Amino acid sequence: MTEPVAGQPGTALATEPLLRAERLTKHFRIGGGLVRRRLHAVDEVTFSIGRQEIVALAGESGSGKSTVARMLAKVYPPTSGEIYFGGRPLSALRSRADLLRYRGEVPLVFQDPFSSLNPVFRVSHGVLRSLQLHRPELGKAERHDEAVRLFEIVGLTPGGDVLQRYPHELSGGQRQRVGFAQALALRPKLIVADEPVSMLDVSIRIGLLNLMAGLRDSQGVSILYITHDIASARYVADRLIVMYAGQIAESGPVEDVLASPRHPYTQLLLSAVPDPRAPLAVGAETDRGEPPRVIDPTPGCRFRWRCPLAVEECHQVTPPFRELLPGHGAACHLARATATPKAFG
Amino acid sequence: MAATGLSTGPGQAGPGQLPGMAGPAGAAPGAWAGSAALGRLWRAVRSNRKAAVGAAILAVFCVLAAVPGLIAHDNPEADAYPRSLGPSAQHLLGTTAYGQDIFAQAVWGARETLIIALVSGVISTVLSAVMGIAAAYLGGLWDGGLNLITDILLVIPTFPLLIVLVAYLPNGGLVPLIAVLVITGYSYGARQLRAQALSMRDRDFLEAARVRGERRLYIVFVEIIPALTSLIVATFLGTAVYNVLAAAGLQFIGFGDPNSLSWGTMLYWAENNAALQTGQYLWAIVPGACIALLGAAFALLNYAFDEIGNPALRPVRKYRTRHDA
Amino acid sequence: MMPNGSRPPGTAHAGAGDGPVLAVHGLSVEYALAHGTVRAVDDVSFELEPGEFLGVVGESGCGKSTLLFAIAHLLVPPAAITAGEVIFRGTSIAGMTDRELAVVRWRGLSVVMQSAMNALNPVASVAAQFADAMKAHGVTSREEIADRSAEVLRMVGIDPVHLKSYPHQLSGGMRQRTMIAMALLFTPDLVIMDEPTSALDVVAQRSLMVQIKQLQQDLGFAIIFVTHDMSLVSHFSDRLIVMYAGQIAEYGATRDVFDHPLHPYSAGLLDAFPSITGPRLPLTGIPGRPPDLSRPLPGCAFAPRCPKVSTACEITAPPLYRVGGTQVRCLLHADGRAPDD
Repeated sequence: MTEPVAGQPGTALATEPLLRAERLTKHFRIGGGLVRRRLHAVDEVTFSIGRQEIVALAGESGSGKSTVARMLAKVYPPTSGEIYFGGRPLSALRSRADLLRYRGEVPLVFQDPFSSLNPVFRVSHGVLRSLQLHRPELGKAERHDEAVRLFEIVGLTPGGDVLQRYPHELSGGQRQRVGFAQALALRPKLIVADEPVSMLDVSIRIGLLNLMAGLRDSQGVSILYITHDIASARYVADRLIVMYAGQIAESGPVEDVLASPRHPYTQLLLSAVPDPRAPLAVGAETDRGEPPRVIDPTPGCRFRWRCPLAVEECHQVTPPFRELLPGHGAACHLARATATPKAFG
Repeated sequence: MAATGLSTGPGQAGPGQLPGMAGPAGAAPGAWAGSAALGRLWRAVRSNRKAAVGAAILAVFCVLAAVPGLIAHDNPEADAYPRSLGPSAQHLLGTTAYGQDIFAQAVWGARETLIIALVSGVISTVLSAVMGIAAAYLGGLWDGGLNLITDILLVIPTFPLLIVLVAYLPNGGLVPLIAVLVITGYSYGARQLRAQALSMRDRDFLEAARVRGERRLYIVFVEIIPALTSLIVATFLGTAVYNVLAAAGLQFIGFGDPNSLSWGTMLYWAENNAALQTGQYLWAIVPGACIALLGAAFALLNYAFDEIGNPALRPVRKYRTRHDA
Repeated sequence: MMPNGSRPPGTAHAGAGDGPVLAVHGLSVEYALAHGTVRAVDDVSFELEPGEFLGVVGESGCGKSTLLFAIAHLLVPPAAITAGEVIFRGTSIAGMTDRELAVVRWRGLSVVMQSAMNALNPVASVAAQFADAMKAHGVTSREEIADRSAEVLRMVGIDPVHLKSYPHQLSGGMRQRTMIAMALLFTPDLVIMDEPTSALDVVAQRSLMVQIKQLQQDLGFAIIFVTHDMSLVSHFSDRLIVMYAGQIAEYGATRDVFDHPLHPYSAGLLDAFPSITGPRLPLTGIPGRPPDLSRPLPGCAFAPRCPKVSTACEITAPPLYRVGGTQVRCLLHADGRAPDD
């Protein structure tokens, strides 16, 4: 089944994607009193997510990826821009019933397995509450059976036993699975997973990543996978969106973006990823800079201070996101459909 | 509130922390959870020396309060005995200047003192919890308003406040006494609980509750408060100490009904009769010692709950090292 | 490129041919807990030559951090060294008192902790903290302190104007570099690093690793680098120890371990890293969970999770066998070769 990958401005949409974010922006006021400055956490981010696909949103700290996730999960409202879910804008959701329904369709899975479960209750607590809130037609016994079924889907077997345990009796990987079970209880269309594996041991991560891919295939759910680890993004995602300093730098099918990155920042990221299987290649010292905190920015590309290819235009004009190949685009003045000059790596 | 998104590894172990125990040492893992809590609690109290001593003292006083007639056979209120006797076989601790048996008074007096301490402790703790936690979680104007009240009461010096209230409230027994204790005593606990609740606000499980659609009050009462149980119990024990001592102090200066029978009123009458100056030492010392012991019992239990709740505070066995070198 | 810092008399830099900088023999560390003792480090032995970069890799609960703290003499009760010795430049330091250790600490051996924000004093400027460290080890001349502080900052690529800064004014990467600079104040022979890059983003991580390697080549100190991220050390370390359940699972030249992992755990760990180049293959990771050290198994600690387990593995605890230049704790390599001890 081919899914049209929509969302880049300018593409004709065959069908409305599951979720579409349009010019999403979030600014935070920082500094107190007279000094009023705005932190631009997310600026004019536009993307979409289709049905039954895993989209990876990758970036370093300060890139805005977690803020995007929380806006999608309606933790805080955007400063401007709009999110359309199934064609309907989120700002139109007013009543508690509407909001509750949306929360059931787009749940959030958290990063920290040690703080995402209330230590006082058994691990069944969150799942049972989710079922109570979102599937009121189920009776108590049915809720329990459903909880067991959900735990088994995420690989916690035997479900009945694990339900009775307390969080401190489970390992980090098991707790993250509980987080996914809680999300699945809502029968969601899109799971927003905020770095679900970064705090887990390496050997456990693969299990969770396989679970995510399995959920996409067997449950038909889409996943927005927030991460800073490009390698895991490649492993599990269909499409990749790279963010830098609150804006989208590049986006496209994951293999295409990694094979021929168009944005110099993507190239930088790829060159910095340690790959044990690659031959020993310690080149000259790579870029040492770190992503900026964007406070009251001036126009221009935010990557210009670290970019060896920067030209005059990069300092004056903020590069718009342009589609270079079908479904694959970048926000860089120098990016071309054929290739971008190699800046790093 | 964005996650930092850095390549943090899985839980890190510090130099004294057991590998594998990588979670944060927050609320005692599972120690307060569910119905198995009582069993665990009992074992924890038994194994901790301070807790055991404190619990024993408290238990003794509870027995005295529950069945005083079984322990002290004499009527504590009858002025029936010869006055100002020293300790003897019939009157274990002697008699007062009014001819009452001091031992009987001490035993019967436990009941009222304990009731005052526990009732005002419970009410005070509930008030602290609600004010502190709701303020922290609801935030905004709620936080500002509730905080203002708490801060004002915290800043006013306690004893002068007590005395001012004494001057204006009708002097009638336990209820005004308890009210005064609660008003002056809840603010400290409220600030502590607020601080802890604030630090919990960013814990993911609270955000998870919000994201699955729970109402805010539900989150405060069902998610936050149980997770703060150990701190709430500690607050209760702390206010209990305060209440025991403050109640005795108030009764000593005549607030509360002087004709009721409690350790504080014993002190009142002892002072009125210049007991220490006239050599009737036991009359003053016995209630004083009882008050101190009860206060100590609560304080010891408080230490113990701290240690149970926070493993980092537990006394550590020094390990005898062996070297081949 | 970088001159050696001044050294107090009597502490010459260990050069090649002086014997190993650090020799650890049969080190065991136990935690005395209420319900029994837990052996967090079990019979670990290795030797570190001057200027060698040793990576210690493992997941949470494997004991690598405990091993590190034991070597650096930073263990606190209930943890304590129960067996073995730690010999630093020929002197056994495991039993030393704090006063005896003060001579070794920071001049011969220094430590870089995991999180600079935890290790640096948030209310003191960088210059004050460097001065503190230098005064604690006998340097009193203000001029000398100022000169050396500026010098070490330049070594790690930070402009000395940042001496006046407070830790929160520096970026994450700069803070980590400051930690490393502080560790190099006396040009020690050995620097122990506990996951110094784990709080950094991938680009900063990479550049810090390159910088560390460069410093090592210029100044000649040995490094023990503890991490959970195997791929991070793959291009930088000379030798590698893979730890599991407090024991050495495999110990050999880095390239050998990466190209031909002998222990099924090392192989499983390598396989758990998805690659960004090459074909997209489904991976399985390592099933199960890390062992419960309070209930040690009679046989091999990895047996419950091992894809190549046999019945012998569950009964016999394998010793370390030597295969070429690598030591491996696995019965698969027992045929005919005498156990190395």
